[in-house]
Amino acid sequence: MTVMEQRGAYRPTPPPAWQPRTDPAPLLPDSRPYRVLGTETAAQADPTLLRRLYAELVRGRRYNAQATALTKQGRLAVYPSSTGQEACEVAAALVLEERDWLFPSYRDTLAAVARGLDPVQALTLLRGDWHTGYDPHEHRVAPLCTPLATQLPHAVGLAHAARLKGDDVVALALVGDGGTSEGDFHEALNFAAVWQAPVVFLVQNNGFAISVPLAKQTAAPSLAHKAVGYGMPGRLVDGNDAAAVHEVLGDAVAHARAGGGPTLVEAVTYRIDAHTNADDATRYRGDAEVETWRAHDPIALLEHELTERGLLDEDGIQAARDAAEAMAADLRERMNQDPELDPMDLFAHVYAEPTPQLREQQDRLRAELEAGAEADADADAEGTGR
Amino acid sequence: MTTVALKPATMAQALTRALRDAMAADPAVHVMGEDVGALGGVFRVTDGLAEEFGEDRCTDTPLAEAGILGTAVGMAMYGLRPVVEMQFDAFAYPAFEQLISHVARMRNRTRGAMPLPITIRVPYGGGIGGVEHHSDSSEAYYMATPGLHVVTPATVADAYGLLRAAIASDDPVVFLEPKRLYWSKDSWNPEDPGPVEPIGRAVVRRPGRSATLITYGPSVPVCLEAAEAARAEGWDLEVVDLRSLVPFDDDTVAASVRRTGRAVVVHESGGFGGPGGEIAARVTERCFHYLQAPVLRVAGFDIPYPPPMLERHHLPGVDRILDAVERLQWEAES
Repeated sequence: MTVMEQRGAYRPTPPPAWQPRTDPAPLLPDSRPYRVLGTETAAQADPTLLRRLYAELVRGRRYNAQATALTKQGRLAVYPSSTGQEACEVAAALVLEERDWLFPSYRDTLAAVARGLDPVQALTLLRGDWHTGYDPHEHRVAPLCTPLATQLPHAVGLAHAARLKGDDVVALALVGDGGTSEGDFHEALNFAAVWQAPVVFLVQNNGFAISVPLAKQTAAPSLAHKAVGYGMPGRLVDGNDAAAVHEVLGDAVAHARAGGGPTLVEAVTYRIDAHTNADDATRYRGDAEVETWRAHDPIALLEHELTERGLLDEDGIQAARDAAEAMAADLRERMNQDPELDPMDLFAHVYAEPTPQLREQQDRLRAELEAGAEADADADAEGTGR
Repeated sequence: MTTVALKPATMAQALTRALRDAMAADPAVHVMGEDVGALGGVFRVTDGLAEEFGEDRCTDTPLAEAGILGTAVGMAMYGLRPVVEMQFDAFAYPAFEQLISHVARMRNRTRGAMPLPITIRVPYGGGIGGVEHHSDSSEAYYMATPGLHVVTPATVADAYGLLRAAIASDDPVVFLEPKRLYWSKDSWNPEDPGPVEPIGRAVVRRPGRSATLITYGPSVPVCLEAAEAARAEGWDLEVVDLRSLVPFDDDTVAASVRRTGRAVVVHESGGFGGPGGEIAARVTERCFHYLQAPVLRVAGFDIPYPPPMLERHHLPGVDRILDAVERLQWEAES
C-alpha cells in the first residue's frame, strides 16, 4: 500500500531528530589576532626562547637580504623573499621536534633553514641546478613546493601514516593566503579533520597573492574562520609577534600530538618585499601601507620587548648581527661558486630503472656531449679554441 | 603429481585476490578510495578487504580525488605503499595535478631520495552502457607524463600478475582496468595464480603470419575475434597485447611486425593524439624496410565519448578492424 492509499491512517511526523555534529563555538577563532609582545602575557614567556627567536629573526632577515642580492647578481634564478614574515618562518621551524615534519611552500626557504637545512642546499630550487637540493628525510623537510597548496594533502597523509604506525609525529604545513583559495587547501583540511590527523596548517596571510589582495580572494570573516566548516579549531595570531606565533603553534602541535587532531592557524603578517625580484609591487600597493607594516616589524617588536625587560643589551644585539653576517658571508662565498652540473643526471632519477626509451635518449645525449667535447679538443689543437 | 582443477574466474576476482595477497604479504600496503570499504568498491574489486584487514588498511576516504591521491603521496613519503582506487576514468581528472606535479616527479625532484610507490587503479574504457563521464579512455594523458608507468591487463591471469607487479614497484604505476573485462572469465587457479609479470613486456596473444594487430586492454578480445574472422578471408593475423604502455616493449612489437610486414594499431582511445600515433611512429622507425604498407590505426572517433545507445558505433569492432586489414596493400602480394 502506498502512502497515498493509506491516507486515512497517515499522520505526518516531524523529521528525524537533528543536532549539530560538533559544537561550533569552541572552534571559532578570537575576534582579533592574538598577541604576546607588548602585552602583560609577555612576562610569562620563556626568556631563553625569546632570545633564540630573536637571533633567528635577525639571521633570517639577513638571509633574505643576501638571497635577494644574489638574485640581482644572477646567482639565483628567482627569490621569493619572506622579509617581514620572519616571525612565522622561524616559529614554525622552532616549534617542531626533530621527528616532526615541515611542509614548506616556495616562500619558506627560511623556515627550512631555521629547521637546520644547509642554507645553500635550501636554495637549490631557486638557483636552478636541481629541483630539490636536499634529502627530505635528513631534516624531515618536504621539498619546497611551488604548485599552491598541493603540499597540504601530503602533510595530512604523512601525519596519518605516522599515526597508523603508532609514531609520535606531527606535520606542520605552510601555505599563503592565496593558497587558501585552491581546492587542495579545502581537501587537505577536510581529510585532516575526518581522519583527526596530527597536522597543523599555518596560513601566512601576508596580504597579497602576487598582486591580488585578500579582499579579492575570500569573503570569509577571516581565514581562521574557515576551520569551523571542517570541524577543527581556527586560531588567529599576530604573525609579526614571534612569541605569539610560537605559542599558538606550540599549542596546536601539542594538541595534535596528544591526539586532538588538526588546527588551522592564520598568522596576519605582511610581505614587505615584492612577490619576487621579478615583480613590481608599486603597481598594486602604496608606500603608506608598506610603511604602516614596517612600523610593526617582527624584529623591532621582539628587540624592544627584550631590551625593555633587560634580557638583551647592545652586546647581545651585536652578537646576533655578527652571527647573521657570518652566515651571509658563508652563503655569498659558497653561492658564488658555480654548481657542478652533469647533463647525464637528467636521466638518473626518472624511474628506479630507466625505461628502454630513456636509455636510448640517454645514449643520444651522451653522444652529443662527446661529439661536442671532441670538437672543442680539435679546435684547441688548431689553436682556434672557443 | 597432483593436478589442480582450473575453475573459471573473473578479472575482478583476480584483481581482488592480487590486492589481498599484496596486503597479506606487506603491512605497508594500504588500499584507499571512494566506497572501497563496506561496499567493496562500485565494481566490488575491494570486496572483503576492509573486513579482513580493517578500515585502517582499506579506507573509505572523503569523496575528493585530489585529496585521495595527495594524501597517498604523504603516506608514501612515510614508507607506506598506497593503492588508490579512482572510481571511474573521468572521475580521476581532479587528481591530475597531484599526479603530474608530484606523483610522477617526486623521485626526480629529490634525486632519488623520495620515490613514491603508489599504485593508482583506474577503471577505464567503454562498452558497459555507462552514461556520460563513465567510459573514457584516458591512457594518452598518463602516457604523456614522464615518471609514471602505465599498464593494463587483458586477461584474468595478467590482471593478477600485473597488479602484484604494480604494487611491488618502487615507482608510481597507473593501473588501467578495462571495465568491460571485469566480468570476463578464464580458467585460473587462485591458489596458484601464476607469475608476477614484470612491467614492460608485451606478449603475442595469437601468432600469425599475415599482419600484426597491436593492441591492449579492452581491445585485445576484439582483436582476437577479428583474427578468427579473418581466417575466412585468408588472413592469418598475429595479435600483440602490449600490457604495458609505459615502458613500451619496442622489441616484441618490432619483432612481430618484421615477421608479418604489416601492422594495425587498435584502441578505444581517440586517434588524434592517441597512443596509436606514437606506436605507429615507433614501428615505422624500426621496421620501415620490412613494411609492405603504412601502419594503420583503428581508434575511437575524435569525439567526446558518446551516449550509451550510440557507443557501439564509436568503439573499434571486428568489421572496422577487418576493413583496416583489407587496406594493407595486399595487391602487392599477387
